[in-house]
Amino acid sequence: MEKEYKKSINKSRISWVSAILLAVIATMAAVLPFIFMVFNSFKGKFEMLTKGVFAPPEKLNLTNYEEVLAGGFVKYFGNSVFVLCLSLLFVLFISACAAYPLARFQFRMNGFLYAVIVACMAIPIHITLIPVFQMTKSLKIYDTIWAMIGPNVAFALPISVFILTSFMMGIPREIEESAEIDGCNKYRMFFTMILPLAKPGLSTLAIYNGVNIWNEFSFAYTLTQSPKNRTLPLAVWDFQGQYSMNTPMIMAVLTLTVLPMILLFIFAQDKLVKGMTAGAVKG
Amino acid sequence: MNNHADTLGKRRQRSTNIAAFVFLLPVFLILTIFIFYPIIDSFIISTYRWNGIAADKVFVGLSNWGKLIGDREFWFAFRNNILIMILSIVIQIPIGLAEATFIEFAGKKATVCKVLWFIPMLMSSVAIGFLFNYALAANGGMVSAVSKLFGGGNIDLLGNKNTALITVILVIAWQFIPFYMVYCMAAYTNVSEDVYEASLIDGATKGQYFWQIALPLLTPSIKSAAILSMVGSLKYFDLIYVMTGGGPGTATELMATYMYKNAFVQFNMGYGSAVAAGMFILITVLSLVTMRVINGKKEEA
Repeated sequence: MEKEYKKSINKSRISWVSAILLAVIATMAAVLPFIFMVFNSFKGKFEMLTKGVFAPPEKLNLTNYEEVLAGGFVKYFGNSVFVLCLSLLFVLFISACAAYPLARFQFRMNGFLYAVIVACMAIPIHITLIPVFQMTKSLKIYDTIWAMIGPNVAFALPISVFILTSFMMGIPREIEESAEIDGCNKYRMFFTMILPLAKPGLSTLAIYNGVNIWNEFSFAYTLTQSPKNRTLPLAVWDFQGQYSMNTPMIMAVLTLTVLPMILLFIFAQDKLVKGMTAGAVKG
Repeated sequence: MNNHADTLGKRRQRSTNIAAFVFLLPVFLILTIFIFYPIIDSFIISTYRWNGIAADKVFVGLSNWGKLIGDREFWFAFRNNILIMILSIVIQIPIGLAEATFIEFAGKKATVCKVLWFIPMLMSSVAIGFLFNYALAANGGMVSAVSKLFGGGNIDLLGNKNTALITVILVIAWQFIPFYMVYCMAAYTNVSEDVYEASLIDGATKGQYFWQIALPLLTPSIKSAAILSMVGSLKYFDLIYVMTGGGPGTATELMATYMYKNAFVQFNMGYGSAVAAGMFILITVLSLVTMRVINGKKEEA
């Protein structure tokens, strides 16, 4: 009995040690590329090659960052903020409008319309790329920051409607009924009752869509051309043309583009994680 | 009296219908302009030979489609998509689950792991593509640095036809493992604490608890994770376009990168549209089949 017990203790010790070993490997794999990026962003062009890529920088050398910020980075950042705010505003309002009747009205086409919207979640953006490109050209908004807003909104809508509809289904029905008896019509109900009650759902969606729109590449790359009209994901692309042999400089650009997410992670970790996995809906 | 109630009910239903129409109008307007119409338009453009700029569109019927069906590069790209899809599911979900299980068992002590393991998710596909482009560079990259430590030479994983695809798949795994970790952690919170405690009291080891109790309970979530990963893998574009551009040669070509090159590098809009439409059909069919298979199994259970 004693022996058996010791054996099982030993066995569990061995499995814990191996689990911890694997955990250390996983940690190194997750963190090393990140450290590579941050450390090297502070180095001079030749310091990296002579000192080795994993060595911490000799001193906190900010010249790379200064050069990047002076080289038009702020413009990309501003464009991204503009596109993000406008797209997000449309996505949240339009999806809330759509989710309200789908979650709470009874009408004949309800199930069908909902299915059509949800089915759009599987559509690859590339099927729309050429026609949207032609459309932006004929609307004369090609190579302006306005070009990205429509496609951004359209591809964020299906999943947003899906999430918000299930959220709104959870709002108790009595609230609506009593308001209806008081003579409140559906439009007023939406603005005064449903919209405020849907705030938690909307804030999750804002994070989920916000991250996606902030990182959107395909449309931005196809629909814009000049650096002054491009968003942040393309900043790296354009800087690379200028500094392709200067790895530390590129690492500084990368670190700057990731910075907003890092700050969000530090100050609102739970909300960020929850929002980013909102798309992982059970099928 | 009855009649009166009827008309009142009808009038009510009518006002509900009108309200539903008003609220749903914006979403369908946007979807029509940016999704439904472009899909139809893509199929139409696929019957032309057209460089996208000049007015001389030449109608060529189904010849682009004939070309697509016999296009070995397209089917090779499709094969790469399928490989990425399978290996993504096989690599990402088990590791994500293992990490979540470790955190679940270790409790508060593993908070550091939770935070550090999440880091890759903070970066966009484009940023990850660029980072690894440099981090894996033959000259001044991480892997070369490690190889030199052990007396080896420079290693060029992305430049070598034989290693490029598997390297890309590992980078994609690096990006998405944290997602499946968080996903599995959420699934664990649905397995009640009582079940865990009861099984330990009954003398189950942690290994037994995982394999015989937790895993069966997590299976539905893992299935949905697999669908998610599958649909995502077939649409993959950003990271690979930035990191390898589909190269070297066609080693890492995907349907989406192949479409992009045809349409926006060679300005062959007609054929590019055929590729996009072919990709659309393949993804739709594959998603429907998988959903059917997985949902069918659910009904049996």
